Amino acid sequence: MQHPAFEEVTFQHHTDDATFKKKVRNTTILLSIITIIELAIGLIIYTMHKGDSPNELLVLMFKGMVCILTLAKAYYIVSVFMHLGDEIRNMIMTIVVPLLLFIWFIGAFIWDGNSYKNLRNTYDKHYKESTLPAKHNGGH
Amino acid sequence: MATSATLQQTKWWTGGKSPFNMEYGKLMMWYFLMSDAFTFGAFLISYGTIRFSQNFWPDPNVVFNAFPGAGHANLPLAFVSVMTFVLIISSVTMVLAVHAGHNNDKKGVVKWLIWTIIGGAAFLGCQAWEWHHLITGEHVVLADGKLDIIGQSMRGNPWGRLVPEEQVMAALQNTSHETLLQLSQMGHSSGAAAATDHSALSHDQLLKSIQVAELHVREKGPVAFGGYFFGITGFHGFHVFSGVIINIVMLLMTQKGVFERRGHYLMIEKAGLYWHFVDLVWVFVFLCFYLI
Repeated sequence: MQHPAFEEVTFQHHTDDATFKKKVRNTTILLSIITIIELAIGLIIYTMHKGDSPNELLVLMFKGMVCILTLAKAYYIVSVFMHLGDEIRNMIMTIVVPLLLFIWFIGAFIWDGNSYKNLRNTYDKHYKESTLPAKHNGGH
Repeated sequence: MATSATLQQTKWWTGGKSPFNMEYGKLMMWYFLMSDAFTFGAFLISYGTIRFSQNFWPDPNVVFNAFPGAGHANLPLAFVSVMTFVLIISSVTMVLAVHAGHNNDKKGVVKWLIWTIIGGAAFLGCQAWEWHHLITGEHVVLADGKLDIIGQSMRGNPWGRLVPEEQVMAALQNTSHETLLQLSQMGHSSGAAAATDHSALSHDQLLKSIQVAELHVREKGPVAFGGYFFGITGFHGFHVFSGVIINIVMLLMTQKGVFERRGHYLMIEKAGLYWHFVDLVWVFVFLCFYLI
């Protein structure tokens, strides 16, 4: 079916109301469930920080899980709500390929921040002592 | 599938048709959103860089633990989850508005756009409350050897390391009379003791009336925390605000029958893309500021 107003548009995406409603409902439920899991993990991290000596590695793993869940949420919003998944492959690529720059962007800059911290801690002992979180000091 | 057969045979790049099968405005909206994603990404990555460069960073559950009407109850993550769900639901109503537009269903478009606008306004209201709460909050900090009461601003915030009681006791001696008065009243904000007028007390009586264990004194937190929080949530809030304005314009145009006369509701689709993007950005702001 051609578009009524734009003759250069070859075909329109058309889904019948029943399929559409089902898809939107399922996606809404999925997004809500992911958010609830994220909040649960947030509360787990909170209770771990309240403890005397939180297991840093475990906290990091939970934070990583929240990041992955967030990416899943982003994927569903973009591909279902924004219908990017229904577009022509070439068009999707012009959006997605530039976004790959983020892989370098995030990695390089966080690495840089971390390196700055390490250098300062190595060469400025006063800074290190006056800012490092004291033990048993994480909670309230 | 009839469409996939056409896809195979169509020569997309021979002219006369859109190689991306999309009208110009929608394609440009996509590219605008991509560039906007880089703007937000740069902000969030800069926040991440600074955060990784610090030995201490405030725990979000200490900062964001208030709920409207709940007083001083410690409710981490509660209010922000309300905000998140408000935005997700308003995104869903926008999907429904766009779909109604596909079916040339004017009434449906109007109904779902109104719900989307209400959701956006509710989110902005929540954000206004949260900012107000953070800025006007009264928290005790130890700075320059004396106690002070501050809220979160671009210049400083009270979210630093907890101070041991001995240090608080020492700092109390250097603290100004007005601050002591405030401190002694903060400790007795509820019950019969609140009625007593502390301003009549002498300096020493004031010092005795302060319950150090209940003050939860902290050092000042990293200065960058306030700036990044207000800067990034503010930039996002501005996007929500402009999204609400765009949606209101769409609503008025729909009600005036502009799209009906045009024969299609593609403008709603473009406004919808923008609105979903605002929701998408919130997902990442939520992650970076509140969850991790």
